[in-house]
Amino acid sequence: MIEIADLVRTYRMGEFEVKALDGVSLSIAAGEFVAIMGPSGSGKSTLMNLLGCLDRPTSGRYLLDGTDVARMPPERLAEIRNAKIGFVFQSFNLLPRTSAAENVELPLLYGARGLSGRERQDLAMKSLGKVGLAGRADHTPSQLSGGQQQRVAIARALITDPPVLLADEPTGNLDSATSEEILGLFQSLNDAGRTILLITHEPDVAEHARRVVALRDGKILRDEPVHDRRIAARRKAAS
Amino acid sequence: MKIATLRAWSILKVGVRSILRNTTRSILTVLGIVIGVACVIAMNAVGSGASKSIQSNISALGTNFIMVFPGAVTQGGVRITAAQSSLLPEDATAIKNECPSVAYVSAGIRSGGQVVAGENNWGTEVFGCDVDWPFIRAWNVERGVFFSEAEVKAGTKVAVLGATVVRELFPDTDPIGSVIRIKNVPFRVIGVLERKGGNTMGQDQDDQVVVPYTTVMKRLTGAIRLGIIQVAAVSPDRIGQAMDEIRVLLRQRHRLTQAQDDDFNMRSQEEIAATASQTARTFSVLLASVAAISLLVGGIGIMNIMLVSVTERTREIGLRMAVGAKARHVLGQFLLESVALSIVGGAIGVALGIGASLLIARFAGWPVSIDPGGVAVAFFFSAFIGVFFGFYPARKAAALDPIEALRYE
Repeated sequence: MIEIADLVRTYRMGEFEVKALDGVSLSIAAGEFVAIMGPSGSGKSTLMNLLGCLDRPTSGRYLLDGTDVARMPPERLAEIRNAKIGFVFQSFNLLPRTSAAENVELPLLYGARGLSGRERQDLAMKSLGKVGLAGRADHTPSQLSGGQQQRVAIARALITDPPVLLADEPTGNLDSATSEEILGLFQSLNDAGRTILLITHEPDVAEHARRVVALRDGKILRDEPVHDRRIAARRKAAS
Repeated sequence: MKIATLRAWSILKVGVRSILRNTTRSILTVLGIVIGVACVIAMNAVGSGASKSIQSNISALGTNFIMVFPGAVTQGGVRITAAQSSLLPEDATAIKNECPSVAYVSAGIRSGGQVVAGENNWGTEVFGCDVDWPFIRAWNVERGVFFSEAEVKAGTKVAVLGATVVRELFPDTDPIGSVIRIKNVPFRVIGVLERKGGNTMGQDQDDQVVVPYTTVMKRLTGAIRLGIIQVAAVSPDRIGQAMDEIRVLLRQRHRLTQAQDDDFNMRSQEEIAATASQTARTFSVLLASVAAISLLVGGIGIMNIMLVSVTERTREIGLRMAVGAKARHVLGQFLLESVALSIVGGAIGVALGIGASLLIARFAGWPVSIDPGGVAVAFFFSAFIGVFFGFYPARKAAALDPIEALRYE
């Protein structure tokens, strides 16, 4: 699913060049649940931006779902993001004063397929159903709890049925009980076959994944399966 | 094609919704456009209305019409405002007898006055003139007769009433044969003038009582000099010649030397019309400059609010880019929003402009005419303003880096 080889990303800070990512190679198969860990400054945000096709590497190779995306122009990257990656952010990034259903529909506005309003609504309802929020389609973000808002964001990420779900500190703004709920949702999505990349700095959170990649100073420190995997108390996802 | 249309429609809906969310702010933003467009519409309506009104008034004045006013008198090289009129009744007679290009002459003198008829009274204008006056002004007597030469010579107390005066003094009865009192002097009503309506300046021409000028001089004011001499040339192409003849004659009669200026002023019908068009044009230019400034300010207002909007919605832009929006989608969205704003402003402006035109019509007495072409131009111009002033903020939004935008606080 994801093949990166010798990925380097440098930033210019005035006179100096800072290597945020220094030759990272990684291979992630379809259906995996990988946590990318590391303290701040370890290069995990840079890696996430590259994996999410928001940024292009200075050098190295990146194959996403069989497509070489390392040298693509921004316009094509936008199409790749729309079709292949579902983003979940720490701060949810929902449009205020806009219903949950319309928030979920958003990626469809930019999709290659032109869908009618009715088709978009149907897909949004289906997606909200997957995260257990079918009954809240008309609620605006301010009428939803933090956990519910993050579920809406996950429904938005799922609507284009992307092969990869990329979650950047998805539990960072949530209390521990709600975090468990969201991580449980990720686990059930993964059980259903979805490839998930989870970026976090919390070991507790990372232990919900099946595999942990730890970064330090722009290099991979370790890459190993999770031994004592935590299984979040599941609520039935489709409820 | 279908896909592109669907997408544009969805994006437009998003834009319209974001405008509706900030109703007050949106309305304040488009105020400049509203005023600008309203001014353009009103300017058009007033301009074309005034020129139509002037054309119809030229013929209403009478054909080949020339007015001679008393003017400045020069004494000992010092030009002073005339203490008394320079025109005498004999000047009028001389013009009639000695100027070959002149067909009709009427000496004129005005006197204001309260006119009383039975229980009714009405403050109006009393105009004294000669028997040629109806021919000069091309103004017929509707009922009864105009006064005769003998009545002018004798200074008889007879009056011909304008339609407005009849309405005010004789609402139910036939005025012919009745007696009215002007400054306590009784006058017999012998005729009623046909209705003429407002003149170029919007005054009601039917609000006057016409009497022999000799009667005004002898019975009402005691003046021996004239307020005006009205003249009709024999044909339109001899108006200039008639004016030359009158000038030579009056200079000679007033014993003016070469060095002295005329002690009278003349204006022809064309000059009066030109003055009126000039007034209308000045008004139009004024409105046009208000419109231009207002549209400019309105455009800057839109640019300003769009810049604020781009900053406020930086994260939204970042998110849209993350889920697949390309630079041109973001550009299009913000352009559409600013165009939608300015079109809403344009629409309100059109409505307001038509309203203002009708008000101007009512109060200035100008028959304004609203030109659909002008309305369309104003409307599309406001859309253009939206594109022009929306482009910079939209480009700024489209140029955002999604990573930075998502992280923006």
